Amino acid sequence: MSLHEAPAIEAKEVSLTFETADGPVHALSDVNLTVARGDFVSFIGPSGCGKTTFLRCVAALEHPTEGLLRVNGLSADEARRRRAFGYVFQAAGLYPWRTIAGNIRLPLEIMGFPREEQDRRVEEVLELVDLKGFGRKYPWQLSGGMQQRASIARALSFDADILLMDEPFGALDEIVRDRLNEELLKLWARTGKTIGFVTHSIPEAVYLSTKIVVMSPRPGRITDVIESSLPRERPLEIRDTPEFIEISHRVREGLRAGHSYE
Amino acid sequence: MMRSVLPVLTVVGVIVALWYGAAVWMNAPWARDQAARAGVELSLSELVADTMVQERPVLPAPHQVAEGLWTGVTGQKVTSKRSLVRHGWVTLSATLAGFAIGAGLGIALAVSIVQSRAMDLSLMPWAIASQTVPILAIAPMVIVVLASLGIKGLIPKAIISAYLSFFPVLVGMVKGLRAPDAMQLDLLKTYNASGIQGLWKLRLPASMPYLFASLKVAIAASLVGAIVAELPAGATSGLGARLLSGSYYGQTIQIWAALMAAAILAAGLVAIVGLLEKVVLRKMGMAR
Ligand SMILES: Nc1ncnc2c1ncn2[C@@H]1O[C@H](COP(=O)(O)OP(=O)(O)OP(=O)(O)O)[C@@H](O)[C@H]1O
Ligand SMILES: [Mg+2]
Repeated sequence: MSLHEAPAIEAKEVSLTFETADGPVHALSDVNLTVARGDFVSFIGPSGCGKTTFLRCVAALEHPTEGLLRVNGLSADEARRRRAFGYVFQAAGLYPWRTIAGNIRLPLEIMGFPREEQDRRVEEVLELVDLKGFGRKYPWQLSGGMQQRASIARALSFDADILLMDEPFGALDEIVRDRLNEELLKLWARTGKTIGFVTHSIPEAVYLSTKIVVMSPRPGRITDVIESSLPRERPLEIRDTPEFIEISHRVREGLRAGHSYE
Repeated sequence: MMRSVLPVLTVVGVIVALWYGAAVWMNAPWARDQAARAGVELSLSELVADTMVQERPVLPAPHQVAEGLWTGVTGQKVTSKRSLVRHGWVTLSATLAGFAIGAGLGIALAVSIVQSRAMDLSLMPWAIASQTVPILAIAPMVIVVLASLGIKGLIPKAIISAYLSFFPVLVGMVKGLRAPDAMQLDLLKTYNASGIQGLWKLRLPASMPYLFASLKVAIAASLVGAIVAELPAGATSGLGARLLSGSYYGQTIQIWAALMAAAILAAGLVAIVGLLEKVVLRKMGMAR
């Protein structure tokens, strides 16, 4: 199989056990999942069920203790070396000594983009996340939501194949969240990126995803994988359609089932 | 402004008052002795007056120290052997040289310790051990050994000064370079950044507040080191030499004037580092 046909993410029997002072913690157990290129996949499940851990494994920030994990047909580490992902962490984590533009420039500097190219891309992604004109501000001069958008711009700037986002909109109000969800879908449609997205919100997961992965805790397992039947083109009103409500219902059922195992 | 001036003046006033009291109390026995020998009775006011103007008081009164300081600074050409400006400059130059060496060494060691686990394990215990050896024991050895190699003057003093000043910088910088949290480090990992890039783009900028805090301690320690280095060598210039010759001849006013000069110098140096800190941190957007 050539590299270009390989799925974006392929997990086979992936397990991860943290050895802690109080004994082993099974964060993931027997996770099987295939994410095709261009998929928008959401991970949803109760707190502590291993969503962040799985995303970190994909980005090679954590290593599975068992099983096989391939990213773009490569090992996760090899994919990381090829700079295959932009990662948006749960907190914005901007460097306080850099301006917003400076923060977005950081990956570009590290990856050795020429200066003019850096400037061009910084302007481009600033506009994308609606922060045009804020480039010269320092992070503390921005609201939490604006900082989070800046961190998304930072992950977008170098145009990685795969965008991994860990509850990026968790701290935002409903209205801003809707706007950013729409923007994210547009971005996804335009760029054809593969997106891995962690959320606690059922409507958000259903609205955004082509594939919804429902997880349950102790040990972290996948209880359901739902392929969305919604079209790729999604106005916000789609959330009132019977189809949307039906998928939401199935996700809720999956979450309930996960809980009853405890 | 006014609100901070008043408390400061109050504290200064209390200290000066206590100092005067102590001067009277400590200088009185000698005044009484002299009076007894001359067969005169001193009234209380005469006694107090005498304690203020002795030539070699046990504890000079504040105005005597101020006067000694003033004449030391302005009373003669700066090239004179009695000029505190000259002595101050000799000590200051050794202090600055020692501070530069010490700060450079401290930063370099901290970087190597943070970048390499082996260095952390092998270097840190020695650095800590170095500070448990009293400087007064080391200083004469360094000066004698270097003198036998024909190295005299500023360099041995700068080395002793650096010996005292590298440690706070080392400790502060190790803490500062390790200040970035796991997420900031993970971020660089996702960019596949090299160790050097991590150092330049994350660890060094993050360590700046720690660096300046430790530089303030280090520059004061440098001054102490330079003064101590002037004690054992039979040096003839420098504030340390001034202290030493003052104690040989019982010139307490000279000793206190030199001490005051050193304190003023230290305060000035720390203030300069503080100013630099403000400028740099503001430029980096870290001071609000
Ligand atoms: N570095 C670690 N060392 C030990 N245990 C860990 C570590 N990281 C995560 N865990 C444990 O692994 C489990 C899964 O954690 P994870 O952060 O993946 O949860 P999550 O699904 O992202 O939760 P949340 O929705 O609250 O963010 C938890 O029980 C957690 O305590
Ligand atoms: Mg999480």
